[in-house]
Amino acid sequence: MNFHAILAIYKFEMARTFRTVWQSIVSPVISTSLYFVVFGAAIGSRITEIEGVPYGAFIVPGLIMLTLLTQSTMNASFGIYFPRFTGTIYEILSAPVSAFEIACGYVGAAATKSIILGLIILATSWLFVPIQIAHPVWMIGFLVLTAVTFSLLGFIIGIWADGFEQLQIVPMLIIMPLTFLGGTFYSTHVLPPVWQKIALANPVVYLVSGFRWSFFEVADVSPAISLGMTVLFLVICLAIVWWIFKTGYRLKK
Amino acid sequence: MAIPSPYIGSALPYARDSFMSSIISIKDLSKTYASGFTALKTVNLDIERGEIFALLGPNGAGKTTLIGIVCGILNASTGTVTVGGHDIVDDFRAARSMIGLVPQELTTDAFESVWDTVSFTRGLFGKPAKPAHIEKVLRDLSLWDKKDDKIRTLSGGMKRRVLIAKALSHEPQVLFLDEPTAGVDVELRKDMWQVVRDLRAAGVTIILTTHYIDEAEDMADRIGVISKGEIILVERKTELMHKLGKKHLVLHLQKPLLEIPPDIFGFANLALLNDGKDLVFTYDTQGERTGVTRLLADLNRLDIRLRDLETKQSSLEEIFIDLVKQSETVGAGDRS
Repeated sequence: MNFHAILAIYKFEMARTFRTVWQSIVSPVISTSLYFVVFGAAIGSRITEIEGVPYGAFIVPGLIMLTLLTQSTMNASFGIYFPRFTGTIYEILSAPVSAFEIACGYVGAAATKSIILGLIILATSWLFVPIQIAHPVWMIGFLVLTAVTFSLLGFIIGIWADGFEQLQIVPMLIIMPLTFLGGTFYSTHVLPPVWQKIALANPVVYLVSGFRWSFFEVADVSPAISLGMTVLFLVICLAIVWWIFKTGYRLKK
Repeated sequence: MAIPSPYIGSALPYARDSFMSSIISIKDLSKTYASGFTALKTVNLDIERGEIFALLGPNGAGKTTLIGIVCGILNASTGTVTVGGHDIVDDFRAARSMIGLVPQELTTDAFESVWDTVSFTRGLFGKPAKPAHIEKVLRDLSLWDKKDDKIRTLSGGMKRRVLIAKALSHEPQVLFLDEPTAGVDVELRKDMWQVVRDLRAAGVTIILTTHYIDEAEDMADRIGVISKGEIILVERKTELMHKLGKKHLVLHLQKPLLEIPPDIFGFANLALLNDGKDLVFTYDTQGERTGVTRLLADLNRLDIRLRDLETKQSSLEEIFIDLVKQSETVGAGDRS
């Protein structure tokens, strides 16, 4: 293992994050807080409890997950796309590093950043509503697993994308809608039976449900199924990344 | 000028020579891009340990493709490459650890400091931090006073130095310099070549491509010429100059000539220059008889008096142009 290389990429990416702290950290925290103020405080005050949990608190895991998914994807995709765009990718390709090590560096940094964001949003929410975490270890587990999985997805998008527009397509047109429709602001149990079944085709439902369970022991689907689906998605992403580096797809001509 | 026939084509006798101290060995390497364009056709080449090897060729000849494959940036279609005995695919870690690459394009991080980006490369190549080495590299390249500057604030020449510093950060045994002096001013070029000389003295093998053939003539131990994806010649520079160099005998005349006398020896190889004041005879130094004696006898017979005379050797640039033209002619002949 080339640990020096993993650390070099990781530090390089984290330095970029702290160089652009307003864009990387402050901006997503403010926009998520606005969601919280509008949906949690303003509209939420007129909504009764959902499955025994006050609405303001109920949406906190969903909002953290929303940030986690979008930021993990965007951070990792930008991290690998930018060297491709500027041409500095030559350095990565000519270095004695394996696909796994490269992915560890980029994905590790992207996941770290989104976990930091998630924890900041969690801390911010305590200012508005009382939050209890029934299973803190599982909460951290879901947080890390989801951040890593979606950073891997972002890494794949960053290699697939041929321009900045494509870089935005998946996060904005796929992940964001799926997150909104995945129970961020509601329980899928409130949907009509047919839509409840359709909602199960949305992978984000499992992520939000598992994460929410770790807070309130309230879930749309069994936590074990949530965990299984998250791990399955992780394995699929890992397999795609392995294939990309094996074939040189979009990296080596 | 005729290229000796054994040197033309891909089945080159020298390429099969097994150099005792070869550090890079390229066997039957070819590259065809997805578009169908064949950039390399069955290249065989050995680079000797510790030498400066200049790879010359016109634009699009395949120089950068060849370097890209050896460094791991491009996949080969066929063939094998070993660096220090390590296969670049099966044993890529060991092979790549030995290589430093200065790419042709000025591809640098814009927002990093010089120190950070050079240190980053060292880490990427699996080496622990060694600030003393980074400092030495930056000082050697006159970058020390810029170490905290963001790269985007540097001039093109300074960015080129940063790329060299990055390539040297992990103490490579083989250094590829792909057009290292493109867009670099004269003073900077001199500094760079001094660094290259120092590296060679320290035992680093250097493979360079350049459009400044005078640089190759000045620096290289051996010259390789690539054209249309084929290595058409590899030769020691001195031997190449000796073997393929034309020599010019410049005769400064006492009285200008209006035209070259048709019955003079070597009429086809004579030219009048400088308003008829200079008669230039071009001859092959490898020929058993150069014809110089007969020409001088004829001049005496025709009562053409000389004020002075001198000889000039062809430059590497002239040799290079002749080789490329020759290979193109052979290629066109093959196709017709």
